[in-house]
Formats: sequence, C-alpha cells, structure tokens
Amino acid sequence: MVPISYYLVLSGILFGLGVIAFTFKRNIITLFMAIELMLNAVNLALVAFARAWNQLDGLVFVFFVIVVAAAEAAVGLAIVITISQNRRSLNVEDVNLLKF
Amino acid sequence: MFILHHLWIILLLPLIGAALNGLLGAKWPKVAVNSIGIGSVGLSFLCVLELIREFLQLGATQVPYFERYFNWISAGIFNVDFALQVDQLTIIMLLVVTFVSLLVHIYSSGYMAHEGGYARFFSYLNLFVFFMLTLVLAANLVLMFVGWEGVGLCSYLLIGFWFLKDSAASAGKKAFITTRIGDFGFTIGILLTFWTFRSIDFGTMFQQASTMPVESAAGFGTLTVICLLLFAGAIGKSAQIPLYVWLPDAMEGPTPVSALIHAATMVTAGVYMVARMHPLFSRAPLAMYFVAAVGAATAFYAATIGVLQTDIKKVLAYSTVSQLGYMFLGCGVGAYAAGIFHLMTHAFFKGLLFLAAGSVIHAMGGEQDMRNMGGLRKKIPITYWTMLAATLAIAGIPGFAGFFSKDEILDAAGGGPHAAPVLYWLGLVGAGITSFYMFRLIFLTFFGQPRYDEHKVHVHESPSNMTIPLILLAICSVAGGWFAAPHLVGGSDYFEAFLHPVFASYGVPAAITQQESLAGAPGAAAGIAPNHAMELLHALTGLPVILAVIGLFLAWWFYIYKPDAARRAKESLRGLYTLVYNKYYIDEIYAALIINPLLWISTNVLWHVVDEKMIDGAVNGTAHVARELGGEVREIQSGNARTYATWVVVGAVGFTVLLIAVWMVR
Repeated sequence: MVPISYYLVLSGILFGLGVIAFTFKRNIITLFMAIELMLNAVNLALVAFARAWNQLDGLVFVFFVIVVAAAEAAVGLAIVITISQNRRSLNVEDVNLLKF
Repeated sequence: MFILHHLWIILLLPLIGAALNGLLGAKWPKVAVNSIGIGSVGLSFLCVLELIREFLQLGATQVPYFERYFNWISAGIFNVDFALQVDQLTIIMLLVVTFVSLLVHIYSSGYMAHEGGYARFFSYLNLFVFFMLTLVLAANLVLMFVGWEGVGLCSYLLIGFWFLKDSAASAGKKAFITTRIGDFGFTIGILLTFWTFRSIDFGTMFQQASTMPVESAAGFGTLTVICLLLFAGAIGKSAQIPLYVWLPDAMEGPTPVSALIHAATMVTAGVYMVARMHPLFSRAPLAMYFVAAVGAATAFYAATIGVLQTDIKKVLAYSTVSQLGYMFLGCGVGAYAAGIFHLMTHAFFKGLLFLAAGSVIHAMGGEQDMRNMGGLRKKIPITYWTMLAATLAIAGIPGFAGFFSKDEILDAAGGGPHAAPVLYWLGLVGAGITSFYMFRLIFLTFFGQPRYDEHKVHVHESPSNMTIPLILLAICSVAGGWFAAPHLVGGSDYFEAFLHPVFASYGVPAAITQQESLAGAPGAAAGIAPNHAMELLHALTGLPVILAVIGLFLAWWFYIYKPDAARRAKESLRGLYTLVYNKYYIDEIYAALIINPLLWISTNVLWHVVDEKMIDGAVNGTAHVARELGGEVREIQSGNARTYATWVVVGAVGFTVLLIAVWMVR
C-alpha cells in the first residue's frame, strides 16, 4: 500500500504550483486554472486522509469542494466574459478599480 | 391645631400658585393669573394668622414645635430630614414675609398690568415666597440652605425679568455670582458644622453647643470659624461690605421686586440666619465683633453713598444696604431681638418706600431720575403722604417704627454687654446721614418746582390696587414700633419679651458674657472704654433723634431753602463729591483688581491655552494621528488582485511557520 505521505507530498507540490501560478500569472483564465489546481490538491489530501483512517468525512468534504468549484467556475467564467467584453483584455492588472 | 400639625400647607400654597401660573398662566387672562398669585399668598397669610393663634396656645415646653415629614438625604451618619419647626422667631418672620408678600402681590397686579410676561412674573414671585418660607421654617441647616439658594435663584430671575435689556440681564448675573462668593463660605460652614456636631439639626446642634465654653476672643476656635464662614454667606446675601455691590444693580428689576426681595425679605435672610444661629455666635466673641463691625461699617458707608445718588431707586438701594448694616450691628452686639425688630420695621417702611417710589415712577411714566421730578406733592397725594410716613420712620423721628428699632440697636451698641463705642458712633452718624438723604429724596421729588415737561408727562395717581398696599404699609410704618414703647420708660418691650424664649434658650449665662466682653481682645484693641463711659453714652439716647433732626434740617437747607448752597458745596468739595458720586469707585476697583485679572486669566490662560491648546489639542491630536495612520495603511488596498493573493500567501506561510515553531518548542 502506498504510504499516506506520498499523497500528501504530491498534494503539497500541486498546491504550491497553484499558488505560484496564481501569484505570478496575469491572465484571468490562467488564474482560474491555478485555483482549480489548488482546490484539487486539497481534494487529493482529503481523499488520502479518508482512505488512511477509513472515514467517510473526507469524501463528503471532497464532494462539497467539487460542488463549490463548479459553482465558482460558472460565476467566475461569467465575470471573465463580462470583463473581456468591457475591457477587451484578460489581464488582471487592468481590473483594479476597487481600491482606496 | 390644624395648621400647626400641617405646616406644609403654608409652604405648598405659593408653590401651587407658582406651578399653575408658570406652566399654564401664559394663556390665561390677567384676572385669573393675579387671582391665583394673590390668592395663594393670601391663603398662606391667613394660614399664618391661624398658626399664630394656635402657637400661642402651646405650652413653653412645646416650643420650638417640630414637625418631621420624611428623610431627605441619608448617607452614613449624615441625615437630613425634611423637617419644619416653629418658634417665636419663625412666627415673626412668617408674619413679615407673608404680609409684605401679600401686599406686594396686590401692588404688582396694578404695577405690572401693562407689562408682558404677567404670568411669568407672578409665577416667580410665588416661587420666591415658597423658598423664603422654606428658609424660615426649616429645622436644619441644609433645608435652610435650600431656601437660601432658592430665594437667590428667584432674585436672579426677577432682577433679569426684562431679560432683553442688557443691563438687566447682567445685573441678574452680578447678583447671582456675587452672592455665590459668600455662599461658598456658607457651604463650608455647613460642612464644618456637621463635622463638629455630627448633625445639622438646629435642636441637636444647639444642645451640643450649649455645653461648649465661650471661645477666646483672640483666637480662631471651631465655633468662631463656623460663625465667620456662615457669616460670609450672610455678607453676600444681605449685601454687606465687601459684597454689597450687587444690590444697587439689582434695581434693574421691576420695582415690586425691589420692594419684596431686595428690601423686605430676601436680603434680611442673613440677619435671620445670624439670629437663628445665636447659640453658636454667642460663644464666638470674635465672630460677634466681626458681625458688628461689618454691620456698622456698612451702615455708615452705604449711607454716605446714598447722599449723592440721583436715581430714586438707587438711593433706596443704598439705604437698604445701610439699614441691613444696622441689623447686623444689633445682632453683633448681642441684641438679636433688636436686630429682628429692626428687620420687621424695616420690612414695613422700606417695602413701603420702594412701593411708593414705584408709584412715583408709574406716575412719571418711567422717569427714575430725581433731578427730573419735583413738585409732585399735590399731584399724587396718597403716594406723598405714605412715603413721608416711611421716611419719618426710617429717619428715626420719635413715634415712628424706625425710631424704636434703631434706637434699641444703638442702645445695645452703646451700652449693652458687648458694647463697642467706635461702632456706636459709626451707627449714630450713619443715622444722621440716613435722615439727610431720605429727606433729600422727599424734597427733590415732592417739593419745589416741577423740573419735567408738564405738557409731555401726564402725572397721575396710581390705581387703588397700588395705593391700598401703600396705605396699609404706612399704618405699619407708623404703628409698627409701638410694641417697643415701654422700652422708653425703662421696661422690657413686648417684642423683646415675645422673642425672649428663643434667645434665652441655649444662651450664654450673663456672667460669662460680661467677663468675656471685658476681656475681649478685639474690643479692647478698638478702644472699649470701661463701663462708666458706657453709662454716659447711654444717657445720650436722645442723640440719634437730634442727629435725625439735623439731617432733616440740612436737607431742607440744601434742597428747599437755599438750592444754591448745594451747588456751592459741590464746587468747594469737588474732590470728595466726585469720589462719593462715583460710589468710591468700588465697582471700578473690583473690576481692576478682581474681575479684569480673572477675565484676563480666563481668556489668555484657561481659554486660549488650557482649552484650545491642551484639551482641544489632545482631542484633535488623537484624531489627527488616527487619520495619518489610516492614510498610510489604506495604500494596502491597491485594487490589484494578485497583490492580495500575495498577502494571503505570505500570511498563510507565516502562520504555518508559527505553528511549526510552536510545535518544535513543545
């Protein structure tokens, strides 16, 4: 059986890649993909824990996360479309009106 | 025994009147307003008459009659009851207060008929009567102080009755603030009284005081300090040197107010207080001498100012200050009954003088300057005759009220157990001056040729609701002193005999008094001669009368017989004339020494530095720091989503590092 630490390390690496992508990329679509990557990294960790301790709670969490991710993608992509129509740009740096 | 058992009725009637007129009166017709105003005080007066009937049936052991209603303040051992008491002194004060108040209310219904704020005026006047009766009936110092401050409040409200007039508004403030200086002493006096006796009930206090020895006249014993502090309150309230300056200015108020508050009742509260506290004062010879000295000095000094005043009410104001001085002189030399007697006769004749002066002003259509009067004798005969009666009374012409009371005071000052020749002579000369300035007033106002435009000013006698009080008071001014008539033939007068139980209880045994006065250090310093000189002075009882007649004669000489003489005297005594005419520049001196420095400090230190720089600075400074800080910190919200993400990451990493660090330390 594969030890749980393997899953966790993989999850950590995926999450880290997501964070780095989210921090350094400018394209909004890419940012979305980075978020999806982080969410799924967490899902992987949760599934691994559920399997390790034979508990269903982790799996339930994962379902919720997937639902939230789907909702978020629906709303988020709608926003992205609106922004791209209004700004003719997908660069996140251009969307900075909400500030001090 | 109904009223005696329900003393509160006497108090409550004027209060109800004040509340009705004050809250609802503005919309009522004048008839309703003055019926309530006069009616409430009139009923109160009738209650007092019934009270006297019931009081006279009490046995000697039942006096003072004490009535306790409820516990007002209770804090540890400090207990103040709402309690009233009646003894002979209270009876006299109640009678004077309600009687004069009733007449002044009736008079006001005529005098104020054409003025605005009719209901407000009667409401204040009724409220004043309520507080004055509280002051008189109170059975402990704190309740007395309530009345004491209450009459001060009403005085303020009524002096500033025409508050749209700048001078009236500031005169009200002056009266209130000046008396406040004295009341500061009074308050400390009450605290010290409680600290000494562990009680502020008159009965308990006096009981304890009566076991205390007479203090040395040379030092400041506890009782002496208490008495001096309490007397500071009396100096303010009764307008004695150095706090008398508010009373002449108080003439800005309507004339009935001057008659009731600033002549007959409120200003005499100080005298009443000293008489009420006699068990303490009698054991504090230094305080007694101080009271007498302040009284005599004021009696003389204020009289000299009165000589050159031209405003008819100002003359009477200085006269009031002077007469209050006589009352204190009487109390200070141990003749409390004489002081109270003068209080009563003064209430009659000075109340009358003011009301008559009001009638003159009414007749002249508002003119107050005596230089613009003259020859009014025939045109307003009732006012003339009643005012003449009062003038004869205040001047001390034999047979009239003032003669008996002033004579008794001077008698005690000249030959009593606390006699003080210097003060006696001051009082005596003051009496002569009193006679001079009062007859000057009469001659300038009622005699000679009219000095006003007879076509413009329509001189008319006042309506009957103004003249009837004048006539009643004139009768009292003539006959009010006859209680004391047996005194002239060597007997004890009725008035003194009536008050005797009050001043004999808790008193100092005569032997000690005698010894104390001989050993009295301040007395000796001021030149108390041995007793045989006193007897000589005593023999000169006729002296006040002679001086009064000289005063009358001089006034006649200067203002009727040789009007030029007055002008020539003015020219030859230019310096003295200017000094006295300007009231010795006391107001200016106070302004220069106290008021202006205080104003300067208040403006330049307290306002511009303490308030603006320190207090405002602290408040504004706090706000400024918060704003600057916020201005810096808000830059974080840049609107750039990736920056936020970076912060989140930094935060998460930081938190994780912290967790690991904690875990490692464990």
